[in-house]
Order: sequence, then structure tokens, then C-alpha cells
Amino acid sequence: MKPFKLLSIVICLLLLPCSIAYAGKDLDAVRKKGFIQAGVNGGVFGFGMPDAKGVWKGLDVDTAHAVAAAIFGDASKVKFTPLTAQQRFTALQTGEIDLLTRNCTRTLTRETALGLNFVQVNYYDGQAFMAPKKLGVKSATELDGATVCVLPGTTTEQNAADYFRANHMKWKPVVIESTTELAKTFFAGRCDVLTSDSSQLAGTRAVAPNPKDYVILPEIISKEPLAPAVRHGDDQFRDIVDFTVLALINAEELGITSKNVDAKLQSEDPVVKRFLGVTPGNGKALGLDEKWVYNIIKQVGNYGEIFDRNVGPDTALGLERGLNALWTNGGLMYSPPFK
Amino acid sequence: MGKAAAPDAESTPSAIPLWRDPKKRAIVFQIVVLLLVLGTAYVLFSNTQANLSRQSIATGFGFLQTESGFEIGESVIPYSSADTYGRALLAGALNTIKVSFIGIVLMTILGVFVGIARLSRNWLVSRMAAVFIEVMQNIPVLLQLFFWYAIFYEAFPSPRQALNPLPGLFLCNRGLIMAVPADNAAHQPMFIALIAALALWWVIRRWAKGRQERTGRSFPVVRTGLGLCLLLPALVWLAYGAPTALDIPELQGFNFHGGITVSPEFSALLLGLVLYTSAFVAEIVRAGIQAVSRGQIEAAMSIGLRPGQVLHLVVMPQALRVIVPPLTSQMLNLTKNSSLAIAIGFADFVSVANTTINQTGQAIEGVALIMAVYLCFSLSTSVFMNWYNKKTALVER
Repeated sequence: MKPFKLLSIVICLLLLPCSIAYAGKDLDAVRKKGFIQAGVNGGVFGFGMPDAKGVWKGLDVDTAHAVAAAIFGDASKVKFTPLTAQQRFTALQTGEIDLLTRNCTRTLTRETALGLNFVQVNYYDGQAFMAPKKLGVKSATELDGATVCVLPGTTTEQNAADYFRANHMKWKPVVIESTTELAKTFFAGRCDVLTSDSSQLAGTRAVAPNPKDYVILPEIISKEPLAPAVRHGDDQFRDIVDFTVLALINAEELGITSKNVDAKLQSEDPVVKRFLGVTPGNGKALGLDEKWVYNIIKQVGNYGEIFDRNVGPDTALGLERGLNALWTNGGLMYSPPFK
Repeated sequence: MGKAAAPDAESTPSAIPLWRDPKKRAIVFQIVVLLLVLGTAYVLFSNTQANLSRQSIATGFGFLQTESGFEIGESVIPYSSADTYGRALLAGALNTIKVSFIGIVLMTILGVFVGIARLSRNWLVSRMAAVFIEVMQNIPVLLQLFFWYAIFYEAFPSPRQALNPLPGLFLCNRGLIMAVPADNAAHQPMFIALIAALALWWVIRRWAKGRQERTGRSFPVVRTGLGLCLLLPALVWLAYGAPTALDIPELQGFNFHGGITVSPEFSALLLGLVLYTSAFVAEIVRAGIQAVSRGQIEAAMSIGLRPGQVLHLVVMPQALRVIVPPLTSQMLNLTKNSSLAIAIGFADFVSVANTTINQTGQAIEGVALIMAVYLCFSLSTSVFMNWYNKKTALVER
């Protein structure tokens, strides 16, 4: 009886200081860990997919590397977690990952009701349909009664529903959770069309058994600004991730690449000097080392290099810059000044 | 006078202090433990609420009334993307009930059949049953589902080259499309007539049993019952002018319109689950039958009962005592395994709830709903089976 009494008193005392437990500051947690846990897609070629040797490659993967280079000075200090469309937001909300670079569309609900903070868009995309050429479909308006393969829990699903409803067309969805399984089901002919962001469609087609047999229909039925995301609650971490992506864009605008960044350190241009940290100030304001931009550009490259390497015209996806060109070239990539 | 003291007749026992009275101590401890449990629950709950509001994540069940914005592949009730999340979840739950109910019925029938076959004296039949049981039990159920789903969409042709074995029946990789009688006013009365026929069958069965116990004359109850079930709806059908209009499916554009479609997702899920779980049921049935002592079978045969009657009248009633509880577990297993539907694209409750969680961001409410719904299904199944078990239990003397 005595030991039990003692035990119950001890438990009561331990529970007393258990008031509201706050989640720790994200940046401090990341710094203590020594690496960033980044959530990626795992199944989309060009954005986040391991290559044949198991090395993670993609536009979103490189964005996560850039954030690691900014915080730790070493782009390799990232660990990747592949997530399905249904797990991605819960993983970020609960703290399982620190950063979500998973081609997620920024929407009002996600920014508010889900408690997430999206940063600078790293790819402007739009939703499209892909169909086998032998169906003879030339436009998305001819898809009345079609069976459509779509991933569950995505803006894709809702946009397709809205589009078909707005055009008074009927359709049947086939929803499968895994991106690779869904692609397999589409290629086997279970459904007539596959719908997703047009960059994902290009990536899926690139790894198809016979890419020439499929055509992406010309209609873009939605806006999909894809941006990395962090949790509500840590403004400093959010600023760091935001300005990392903006640094990639600004570097391309200033003509700084991973090849010439060392030479640019000697530049006399005050804008470049401030940007690369030769003139101190930016790093201190963000709480980072003054060489943070230099580290990013040297180890990962600028936005143009990342784009060309992963999804550019010379890759299997063969995408043009389009909306993702710099604002000086007619696109939407525009960075505020770094001062 | 011995050492043992005689009870002192004068002094009454004084009130035992609280910490020495076992009964009162037990009550105090129970109160303390209850407070601890309630306190922990409160701390967890308020901690969660505080964290959620700090990160401005929405809470509450208000999302059930908002527009869902997504479509569901197949649904028992009419549903479109303009309906609420609540209706979407209901459609998902009905899909789960549909696949679980049909699956449980088929699994029981197949499992009993294979279990009895396993005990057959015919060497080939028992070997084939054994192979079926071993193969189906040992392959993980998710792999079996993928396998059947791939068979359905790889092996069958596209709708434009659909197989047409009978007029009005099409087989393609979009499913099995069948012609059905067109909607008619006669259908509801026919259904009522069927219910009436079933009720009449039950009454006849009770009367026939009573008569057999009194006079020993048997009555063909099953044949009469089946005949009634066919005759009464047919009479109603004739009374309504014998409508024969059929809703024949036609290929228009991408898919067939009209008739009913049994989708490959539903078929693959049903087939995979039924084959997998029936192997376990077969082993349970075999265990139940082997639990009946050999003497019962010998005695039954010695009074001239045929092997079929021995099984039906002597072995099974005793074997059911052993079979029904593990059979209930397998029914619950099938219901829970149906949540794997999300891997092959069937819109069951977990699949719809997952999409809802993802669109609204309310993971806690969504998971709580999933747990509550599956708990309801499981509890109602086991309550029904326990009632059945009690009803058919043999009274031991």
C-alpha cells in the first residue's frame, strides 16, 4: 500500500506543471537537429523522384537543398520523406517534416484553415488533361461521359469536378492514392484521360512505356501556383525559406550562376555586393551567415540552372519556361530587392 | 483456558479508520484513478485545442455542412460534387456496408464449402481445398487485391471492343455492364410481395416443425418457400400488365450509358477479400467439425441417416458452437480489410474520409469519424453474431 501511495503522489506532482505545451520554434529545432526534414513527392519525374541510383532529383528537391545551404552552409543537410497527396499536410502540421516542397498549390483554405504558410512560388503551373491519341480527342470540351483518373485529396480533383460541372458534362472518376499506381492504371486503359498539373503530366508521359501515343490536351483549366510551405508560428523560418527561393530568382536576374559566383564576389556593383553578402547586413537581418546566398548559388545554382537541369527543354520533360521565365522575359518570376 | 482469547462479549468493534478498512480503501483508490484518467484526458484535450488554435487550424464538425467539391466513383445514393461533405461520407459508408455485407455472405458460404471439402474422403477434392487454403492464407491481402485489380483492367478489352456474350451483357475493362428492367411502378409492390412470401415461408416452417414433432410427417418446407417467393411477385407482376421494358446499355462516346455497371474496383475488392477471408473461415469450419466427437457421426449413421443428413442434423449444430465466435472475428476482419479499397480506387469510407481530411485539413475530426464508424460496424456485427450464437447454443445437461 505504501509504495502505491508514493507512486500516485509522484504522478500527481509530475502532472502539475503540465500546462499548455507549445511546439518549439521550428528554426531552433532544425538548427539543433543539424538537418532539414523535407517532404517531397516521390513519384513525379522532374520535381521529386529518386533516380536509378536512389539519389533524390527534382525542382522541389533542389529547392530543399537551397534552404539547407542557406541555414547550414551545406546543401546536403536535408533528409527527404516521400508523401502521398493525402499525408502531405498532416505531416507538416504535426511536425513530422519541417518543410514541404511537394508541388503543392497555394490556396486560401490551405493558407488559413490548415495553418500553413506558403512562400514564394517556385513553379507556376496549370491543370490539363492527357489522353491516348487513339481516342481521337482534340479538346477537353469533347470529354462528356469520360472516365478520368485523378489523385484523391488534391486541387486537381476539385478543379476537374468544377470544370465538368461548369461545362455541363458528365464524368466518372477513378481515384487511386499512389501516383505510380494511378499512372499504371491510366496506361492500361482503365480510364480515358488522366488529369493533373501539366508539368506532372509531362513527367508521367516521359516515363511511359510509349510516350508518343499520348497527347496533352491544349486546355489549361486552372491556376496552380506551386510553392514550398512551412507551418504557422515561426516567422523567421518562413522568411528564410521565402528569401531562399527569391534569392534563386534574383541571382538569375543579376546573371549570377554557380559557375561565375566566385568571380562575382570580386564585383564592384553595390547591388551584387549586398546580394552576395560582401557588404554585410542581409544575413544578420535573417539570422543567417552572411555567405548564405553565396552558398546557395555555389552549391545548387540559380533558378534558371535548376529549371534547365530538372524540367527544361533538354530534359525528358522538355518544358519551356513560359510563365516561369523572369519578369524581364515576359514571365512571372519577380524578386523584391535584396536590401 | 487456552491461549486463544474468547471473544469479549462486552466491547463492540470500534469504527475502523479509513486507511485500514479494505472496502473504503478500494473506493478511495478507484476515485483517485478515475480522477487521474479524467485529468490526463482533459490535459490532452486542452493541449490539442491550444496547439490547433495557435496554428489557426480549423476545428469542429462544421465542415460536414460545406460543399465537398469532389466526385465519388460509384455511390449507392445519388451524389454529386455540389453536395456536402456529410453526404459524401454517407455515400462512402454505404459503399463500405455494401462491400462488407456481400463479402460476409459470400465468405461464409465459400468458407463452409471449402472447409467441408477439405474433410472430404475424396483425395482430389481435399487436396484441392488444401491448396486453395494454403495459397489464399499466406499471400498478403493487399497483394491479392492488386493482383485481381490488374487482371480486371489488363485482361479485358476497352469499351469500344467490349465482349458481348449475351445481348444486353457487356464485359470490358470498365466493368460488367448489364441490362436491367426499366424503372416501373410494379417494382415496389413486387418487393412487398417478396417480403410477404418470406414471412409466409417462416410461418410454414414453424407449422411444419410443430407438425413433425407431433405426428412425424415431414413437409417440403424449402421447396414450398422457394415456390412462394417466385409465385407471389410473379402474380403482382402479371397484375401490373407484365411489363417487360429493359434498360439496355449502349456505347455512347466514351462509356456505356444505361443498365447497371459492376465496376472492376468493386469486383476486385470483393473477390480479393472473399477469397482471402474464406480460407480462414474454411479452417475454422474444419476445426469445428473435427471438434464433434467421432461417436456422434457413427451413431447417426447407425440409425440410418444419409451422410448429408448426418452433417446437417447432427454434426453442424454441435460444430456451430465452436465455429461462430472465430467466424465473427473473420467477419470483422473482412469489414476492416475493406479499408484497403483506397489502394485500388474503390470509394469506401476511409477513402472518402481521407479526401475530406485533406481538403479541410481537419485530421483529428476525420480520424475520429473513421474510428467511430468502424466501431459501429464492428459492434453491430458482433452483437448480431453473439445473439445468433446464444440462440443456437445447445443446452448442456
